[in-house]
Amino acid sequence: MAKVTFKTDLCKGCGLCVNACPKGILAIDAAQINKKGYSPAVMTDQEKCIGCAFCATMCPDCIITVEK
Amino acid sequence: MAIVFEKPKALTDAVLHYCPGCPHGIIHRLVAEAIDELGIEGKTIGVAPVGCAVMAYDYFACDMIEAAHGRAPATATGIKRCRPDNIVFTYQGDGDLASIGMAETVHAAARNENITVIFVNNAIYGMTGGQMAPTSLPGQVTQTSPYGRDVKHCGWPIKVSEMLSTLEGPEYIARVAVNNVKNVKNAKKAIKKAFQNQIEGKGFSLVEVVSACPTNWGMTPQKALEWVESDMLPYYPIGVYKDRTAAKEAE
Repeated sequence: MAKVTFKTDLCKGCGLCVNACPKGILAIDAAQINKKGYSPAVMTDQEKCIGCAFCATMCPDCIITVEK
Repeated sequence: MAIVFEKPKALTDAVLHYCPGCPHGIIHRLVAEAIDELGIEGKTIGVAPVGCAVMAYDYFACDMIEAAHGRAPATATGIKRCRPDNIVFTYQGDGDLASIGMAETVHAAARNENITVIFVNNAIYGMTGGQMAPTSLPGQVTQTSPYGRDVKHCGWPIKVSEMLSTLEGPEYIARVAVNNVKNVKNAKKAIKKAFQNQIEGKGFSLVEVVSACPTNWGMTPQKALEWVESDMLPYYPIGVYKDRTAAKEAE
């Protein structure tokens, strides 16, 4: 299983990772507001993650770490 | 578990000031990854532009200098000639490189200065609030072209890569984009090659990165990347416009 971690406090909620994810398991969590005032991206189903790192490739703020 | 993706060491921990979804962050990371992979962090000197990327000196973990508007290639020329063992790169936007800095760019290319130029083309002046740039597309609405760019009045957008590739001087001119995962991976290869060329002493290497400006285009980040694909790439096609070494080998 692969693991994706976000530095949630630095997320600007642009959603580029959400669109890049081939498994569709990332989402912008409208219920949360981070330190910067944005709703951050979150992982909704870690079990389905394949560790392709597409999310991290498209993240402009370099806040995603992928382990496999 | 092994780490398959993390922040490159050549980027500092400073929080990027860019707007949400701004591809500058992606391009910064690609430059930093190239620096990491080539093992040149300790001897790299970067030249920051005037524009949104003006604070790039806070983000790259190498020595940085801030050039006057558009003069980054001239500043880089000076650094490289004084310190030929260092790796010198400039990071410039289209308002910086293609407008006020066009003379410096063209002459640095014509002299085949052994520097690497990263040229971010997002077809607008970002930092100053979205005015028309030399690279704004025909019909593109900006703060200073509210009815769309009129080519009869303002002329046609400048294709920097095509123009520079007509010169005898430069070693490597390529255009890439960062609108999807595949293009980002190809952009990385081009940027790494541009640094590799300098290490091998081959000369002037410029990578034009077709980017986006969601804020000033008035689009969501995803919509802006789609606009890059549908509107910008047809006018600014991706490709290698000049590669002297490859051309020689092919002969």
